[in-house]
Amino acid sequence: MTETATPLWEVFIRARNGLSHKHAGSIHAADAELALQAARDVYTRRGEGQSVWVVRSSDIVASDPVDKDMMFEPTASKIYRHPTFYEIPDDVGNM
Amino acid sequence: MYSQGLIGADGKTDEDEAFLAAFQERIDAEQKIEPNDPMPEGYRKTLIRQISQHAHSEIIGMQPEGNWISRAPTLRRKAALMAKVQDEGGHGLYLYSAAETLGISREEMYQQLLTGAAKYSSIFNYPALTWADIGAIGWLVDGAAIMNQIALCRCSYGPYARAMIRICKEESFHQRQGYEILITLCNGSDEQKELAQDALNRFWWPSLMMFGPSEGQSVHSQQSMLWKIKRFSNDDLRDKFINATVPQAEFLGLKVPDPELKWNEEKQGYDHGDIDWDEFWRVVKGDGPCNRERMRTRRRVESEGAWVREAALAHAQKRAERQAVAPVAAE
Ligand SMILES: [Fe+2]
Ligand SMILES: [Fe+2]
Repeated sequence: MTETATPLWEVFIRARNGLSHKHAGSIHAADAELALQAARDVYTRRGEGQSVWVVRSSDIVASDPVDKDMMFEPTASKIYRHPTFYEIPDDVGNM
Repeated sequence: MYSQGLIGADGKTDEDEAFLAAFQERIDAEQKIEPNDPMPEGYRKTLIRQISQHAHSEIIGMQPEGNWISRAPTLRRKAALMAKVQDEGGHGLYLYSAAETLGISREEMYQQLLTGAAKYSSIFNYPALTWADIGAIGWLVDGAAIMNQIALCRCSYGPYARAMIRICKEESFHQRQGYEILITLCNGSDEQKELAQDALNRFWWPSLMMFGPSEGQSVHSQQSMLWKIKRFSNDDLRDKFINATVPQAEFLGLKVPDPELKWNEEKQGYDHGDIDWDEFWRVVKGDGPCNRERMRTRRRVESEGAWVREAALAHAQKRAERQAVAPVAAE
């Protein structure tokens, strides 16, 4: 058994031009080059991608689910950010 | 794999009532649970066990079929079998990643497999003796896996459900290539048809065992259902599999090796004979036809590959160090 753990990488794939890269999963690899090769083998065996990003999982900064309310609640209370908040007479037509 | 992964699972948990009730409310509202969400310890442990054993099954499952790659009868069959075995390796990797999101390391899971602390599906302890077995494995073993995995696509744990969706998309080719092998054999000579019948005779019962024993009133199983880790009982999935598979056997002109199998008009499904659960437990506990060989192979591959992993890590470290030193030297 190898003693050192092989680093974990997150894999993002652009299915085709015009779409953004989307998280596909993760893989283990010793370095960036091997990570790209492994990502291709594991996540694009059937033409799922045109482009692959790999990012060291330890480099990702994530919000804590526990802070969910504090982080995202304000979007729910600021209804004036949505178009339906404003009253425009029907006569004006589509706006 | 699949439901067998829940055998002996310890869903015991000791969070307070309010925490468990709030969690259950999320589950009942069909909210997916994601990696860092608060979750009961029993939920986390049960999932680690099921997902990691599912992963081990995919990896060990490469062995019986891998044995036939070099002996595939045509280039077409060889390409298909190689692609299938490669897919199974990929399935193992998706699943290991999903389990890792629950806080267990890849190395720890490998260790559990190699020491025998973790199990894998009983089915992969049966040998693939003839080319017809490759057909039967695709048709029956992947067929049973699909039945289980489609149900798991709606599992409450997000990463597991997503891995299942990906896997299910790939599985259908596995089953079709297996069935196609059997169609070819069944349209061939008497000897070839006999080979197909023999494969069905040997793989039928072990395939039914893949769904795991009847749960009856098992508390663990009820907890898993409540948490929506599993959504259907082992018996329900097995019946679904039988109902789907018997007509396919008839199409091939093969006979399902169960004299008690008969259509039950009332329940609109088949009744079947007793499954030999003694055999099942023997195989699960390590005494199947190939348990030792499978583990021996897995351990050998792990130790023979160690120098490659070590070299890759040493190379990565050397390059990282050089990169760190270079700017200093330039100053
Ligand atoms: Fe698979
Ligand atoms: Fe498969």
